[in-house]
Amino acid sequence: MSFLSIDHFSDYKVHGAQRPDFSPYESNGGSIVAIAGDDFAVIAADTRLSSGYSIHSRTQTKLFQLSPLTVLGSTGCWCDTLSLTSLMRVRMQMYEHTHLRTMTTDAVAQMLSITMYNRRFFPYYVSNILAGIDKNGKGVVFSYDPIGHCENAKCRAGGTAGPLLQPVLDNQIQLKNMNLDEKDKPILTKERAVSVASDTFISAAERDIYTGDFVEIKIITKDGIESMTINLRKD
Amino acid sequence: MDLDLARDMPRAGFNFDNCKRNATLLSGGFKPPKTTKTGTTIAGIIFKDGVILGADTRATEGPIVSDKNCAKIHYLASNIYCCGAGTAADTEMTTDLISSQLELHRLNTERQVPVVCANVMLKQMLFRYQGHISAALVLGGVDKYGSHIYCIHPHGSADKLPYATMGSGSLAAMSVFERRWKPDLSEEEGKLLVRDAIAAGVFNDLGSGSNIDLCVIRKDSTEYLRNYELANKKGERQLNYDFKSGSTVVLNKTIKDLDITINIRPVPMET
Repeated sequence: MSFLSIDHFSDYKVHGAQRPDFSPYESNGGSIVAIAGDDFAVIAADTRLSSGYSIHSRTQTKLFQLSPLTVLGSTGCWCDTLSLTSLMRVRMQMYEHTHLRTMTTDAVAQMLSITMYNRRFFPYYVSNILAGIDKNGKGVVFSYDPIGHCENAKCRAGGTAGPLLQPVLDNQIQLKNMNLDEKDKPILTKERAVSVASDTFISAAERDIYTGDFVEIKIITKDGIESMTINLRKD
Repeated sequence: MDLDLARDMPRAGFNFDNCKRNATLLSGGFKPPKTTKTGTTIAGIIFKDGVILGADTRATEGPIVSDKNCAKIHYLASNIYCCGAGTAADTEMTTDLISSQLELHRLNTERQVPVVCANVMLKQMLFRYQGHISAALVLGGVDKYGSHIYCIHPHGSADKLPYATMGSGSLAAMSVFERRWKPDLSEEEGKLLVRDAIAAGVFNDLGSGSNIDLCVIRKDSTEYLRNYELANKKGERQLNYDFKSGSTVVLNKTIKDLDITINIRPVPMET
């Protein structure tokens, strides 16, 4: 079960030797929810930045607009989020200069995966969700693990309240475990997606201590990105 | 049969039978279950006519809120109350035990028990268990000697103070007291001060949250103000999430006739 280390060979210990213990990772909390519709995508994130039992900021956006059709939501270790998103911005600008066009959401999704896998053995400690409009004009959501596994999804929740929110999305958006007649199935409109996204955050703020203050929601359509903010609990 | 039961009754006090087994499991990498902590803000002050105790109402299990409205101000005697921070079970059981011993002491001595007595009993119990009982307490009460606030740490040390805070939000609450506490506050000023101190913990410490409880103990009366302020209102959700009847698939059905009378009282699901 446990690995053998110097602690298991007490005879070989050097008396007085100390091993410095440094942890390069920290969890700064926060949650993301993203929902893909037919011709739109909705992505929401709370704005609380914290560590341990302290709040660093109540108004830190975790949504990064990478292009007019692509938004990246990123939580986890905040310093990793910052360095990853700035690296993504640089690479997207290089692409633009080289190819004289903006990267599509699908291309950004692939590049994000490669950028994260580059740190396979010292990963970015982040939970990423990418939302946008793809090259066919459809809403798409991609979710990632910390080392670059990429998955196309209809709806996704990530961050500290991710495990709490994902089943709600599966049920309300994908209508999983619901025995409904075809006529009773709710249509996934932009308004419904925004309502479900904000409602899940209201519930997450009740039970997850790292989620709260405000939720920022971005609605991505081919015509541009609309942004709104809703109040959450402050405790 | 009854005799066997009586003979095999567990002995009073803690049972340590599984200590060795658990230590072995831990060394093999076993992760023990989490205890409920009241990552807490609790506080107490002395004012002109007595003491005021205050507490938030959040209980947590790691990063998850396990109780949104728990009571952290515990009854010890009619003139003594005690706020508890730390492991929920420890604070509850410790105060319950001492409360019962104080009542027996009162009946034996036929006097109102002084606050110092509760302090000594609590700290001696905590010291006996060398900090393994994770209870951090703010004890307050009024007796014939005056008004008293004691701050008792899990290892059994205690301070007698005019104002005290404990728990993960203690620094936030103490900053309010250090700024604004003064001797001989009026009851209204005192309640506002304790309320503000707890609110500082509720909003700035992630381990504390939800509502604010107060308890005012005067020379000859006690007032337990449960949910004195609802500091946090739950957000209004936009959609209705009631499930339509028949949402769950019925896989198979068996019907049996039972000859019973039932009362059906519909209770709306709490969401």
